[in-house]
Amino acid sequence: MLVASAQPDQLQNQTQENGESAAVSEKPCIIIRNLDFFYNDRQALRNVTMTLPERKVTGIIGPSGCGKSTLLRVLNRMYDLYPNQRATGQVIMDGENIIGPDVDVSLLRRRIGMVFQKPTPFPMSIYDNVAFGVRLHERLSRAEMDERVEWALTSAALWDEVKDVIRSPATSLSGGQQQRLCIARTIAVHPEVILLDEPTSALDPISTLRIEELIDELKRNFTIAIVTHNLQQAARIADQVAFFFMGELVEIGPSAQIFTAPKERRTQEYITGRFG
Amino acid sequence: MNLRKTHPRGRSRKRLNVIALGLATLATALGLVGLASILITTLLNGAAALRPSLFTELTPPPGAEGGLANALFGSLLLIFVAVVMGTPIGILAGTYLAEYNTYPKLVATVRFINDILLSAPSVVIGLFVYQVIVWPSGHFSGWAGAIALALILLPVVIRTTDETMQLIPLSLREAALALGAPKWRVITQVIYRAARAGILTGVLLGIARISGETAPLLFTALNNQYWSTDLSRPLANVPVVIFQFALSPYESWHGLAWAGALLLTLLVLVVSILARSLLREKAE
Repeated sequence: MLVASAQPDQLQNQTQENGESAAVSEKPCIIIRNLDFFYNDRQALRNVTMTLPERKVTGIIGPSGCGKSTLLRVLNRMYDLYPNQRATGQVIMDGENIIGPDVDVSLLRRRIGMVFQKPTPFPMSIYDNVAFGVRLHERLSRAEMDERVEWALTSAALWDEVKDVIRSPATSLSGGQQQRLCIARTIAVHPEVILLDEPTSALDPISTLRIEELIDELKRNFTIAIVTHNLQQAARIADQVAFFFMGELVEIGPSAQIFTAPKERRTQEYITGRFG
Repeated sequence: MNLRKTHPRGRSRKRLNVIALGLATLATALGLVGLASILITTLLNGAAALRPSLFTELTPPPGAEGGLANALFGSLLLIFVAVVMGTPIGILAGTYLAEYNTYPKLVATVRFINDILLSAPSVVIGLFVYQVIVWPSGHFSGWAGAIALALILLPVVIRTTDETMQLIPLSLREAALALGAPKWRVITQVIYRAARAGILTGVLLGIARISGETAPLLFTALNNQYWSTDLSRPLANVPVVIFQFALSPYESWHGLAWAGALLLTLLVLVVSILARSLLREKAE
């Protein structure tokens, strides 16, 4: 089990002293400190320090290969699957270092869910897709499960479209619907954090808009981190934006400030399209 | 630039094309003629010998009339037992190869040996089972035959399971793991479902492969003139009956051999069509 924190407030104060804008952050959900990440000997993240404020959307931008997705994969320990990948530093949630060796990865992933770039419906019915994660962690009666599935699909703005075909294969849905199903599946287990890795890059503009509206809804209940290549998207939905370049966190701040008055020259150059 | 059709280099290219195409067509025709003549001969001779008594009467003594009931039953029993033995082991071994790469060298070695087993002459398998089971036990038996067939089926199932599971995208595994699923649940509830059609196809191809095998059965199940459901004794089966009856001088036995050959061919045909339609379903 993850152990409850003794001094989350203290940690928050430290990060604020590090110069992070207090305009966004009320209460930190995840605190990342001096995080380094390696694929074999290649360093993909360099000394990253930042916080994900609770119930806010953090947009993560930067050119390809800058470490954006790597950061998400550290937060829910996806890199654990690959023996040649390792992370050092601290990622604190509830006072505990979640990249430490004695963390129960299954429980961690329940609290920090992830939605991937391409929709990945499981080869089973829409209902079972949503129930899959819930069944891993909870014993629910049939009625309770029905209720949970409906709640998750409603929260993901998909219920009205699928309620009559809930037993048909999830693969019969459109790409945009599949991605909303993946979001429903993720929130069905009641996580605290949702990581979205370019969730709309494979979708058409209308599906993208729906997902963006959905993210706006979801931040009432969840802390969200979203990696995106689409700067307008980051500007639209993120409360704070982090710009990464070559594995370094160049700049982080409220999204209005990052897009209108960036402090760093590299941020300025990236958002004005001079590279990336 | 000269683009006219009569350009000398264009003409020689054209000639080369005609020759290559002609040779390829000829090769295809040769192959098809051989295959078609086998099928037509089997069909004509087999159809002439088809009658309801095939399914009700036992294999007859020399010269007499009879059927193939005991051989057909024996064959189905052998195939069934071989599938029951070979499929679980094959699927589990294939799963190990595809999903657990803790010892990459071991996995590579097992794959290599499995490929050898896949192309091992079936007579070798028959002799092996003869040596290990028939000889020590002192008599031919249905069990020995089923084990020999299972050993032929096994590498087919291992290979197709392994390959099908490797084709399942990593993103699907990661999506399941990201929900907090342990690896065994990812495999049993997500990967197996996604790979179901492919694995089933492997089993069907394996059945098609073993249903006509004769050599391994000659050394193991042998044959039985009488009705028997006892796997610990010699067991009648279609391939060995065909082999013995076709070599005999008796006209009635020849007819039964042709009928058996036709039934086997049809079985393989049906199983192959099933396998293909499953594959198509998977592709959609």
